[in-house]
Amino acid sequence: MRWLLIGIIVAATTAGEVLEAAGMRRHGEIRDFRPGAIGRAFTVLARNRFVIAAVAAMAVSFFAYLGLLTIADLSFAVPATAITYVLETVLAKYVLKEHVNWLRWVGASLVICGVALVSL
Amino acid sequence: MTHEHARLRLKTWSFAVVVVFSNVFGNFFLKRGMPPALATPLDYITVLFHPWVALGVLLLIVWMMSRMALLSWADLSYVLPVTAVGYVLVAVVGKVLLNEQITMKRWAGIGLIVAGVALVSGGSAPQTAHPVSKTVGTGQ
Repeated sequence: MRWLLIGIIVAATTAGEVLEAAGMRRHGEIRDFRPGAIGRAFTVLARNRFVIAAVAAMAVSFFAYLGLLTIADLSFAVPATAITYVLETVLAKYVLKEHVNWLRWVGASLVICGVALVSL
Repeated sequence: MTHEHARLRLKTWSFAVVVVFSNVFGNFFLKRGMPPALATPLDYITVLFHPWVALGVLLLIVWMMSRMALLSWADLSYVLPVTAVGYVLVAVVGKVLLNEQITMKRWAGIGLIVAGVALVSGGSAPQTAHPVSKTVGTGQ
């Protein structure tokens, strides 16, 4: 059961964050931070299909995470979900077409090991 | 480094700081304000009016919005490792404010995360993929 929940969390988090990044990148750089402009950006983003799908995926991930925490410790949940860093970096390269240089790969790998050590 | 690169880097750093601090302190206040158990569905609503919980939720809204803004120009493969510095801040907040012990294993993890963040943030520009949209910032 816990591994099923981990699988759901990892898949939903990965999908959600990659979709969020794709949606925001399509929207373009936000430059105006006055309240009116932020409100307008929100109404535009609320109709962005990538952002809508991202929010849905992250909601699935959130409730699966709550479910996992009722049957498992945080010290199991956090390192087990750190695998999303690898998946998201791979998808960032191949789906989002980011230039992931070797420093980013090494950095992301160090972060994964660090997160596992901190939370185990 | 051109003016545009410098501008983007400064903006990225400012937002990364907001993203990390709002997440860490949002979760901290949320946890601090939460009662040991929520018995009825009504409890889930009334707990939102508890001052610490309300502050936590407010900070988590700030976190979501600032992260979305950050991703509107910065790469996901840059934002992910850099905002992982939040794990370090959680450990430090736990030690300073809650008097928790930091074990050797945890210090080692903190060191690895800091090294990873330094490599990613120092070794590449925040933005490598070019924006798809030409009318930047309008969303059209």
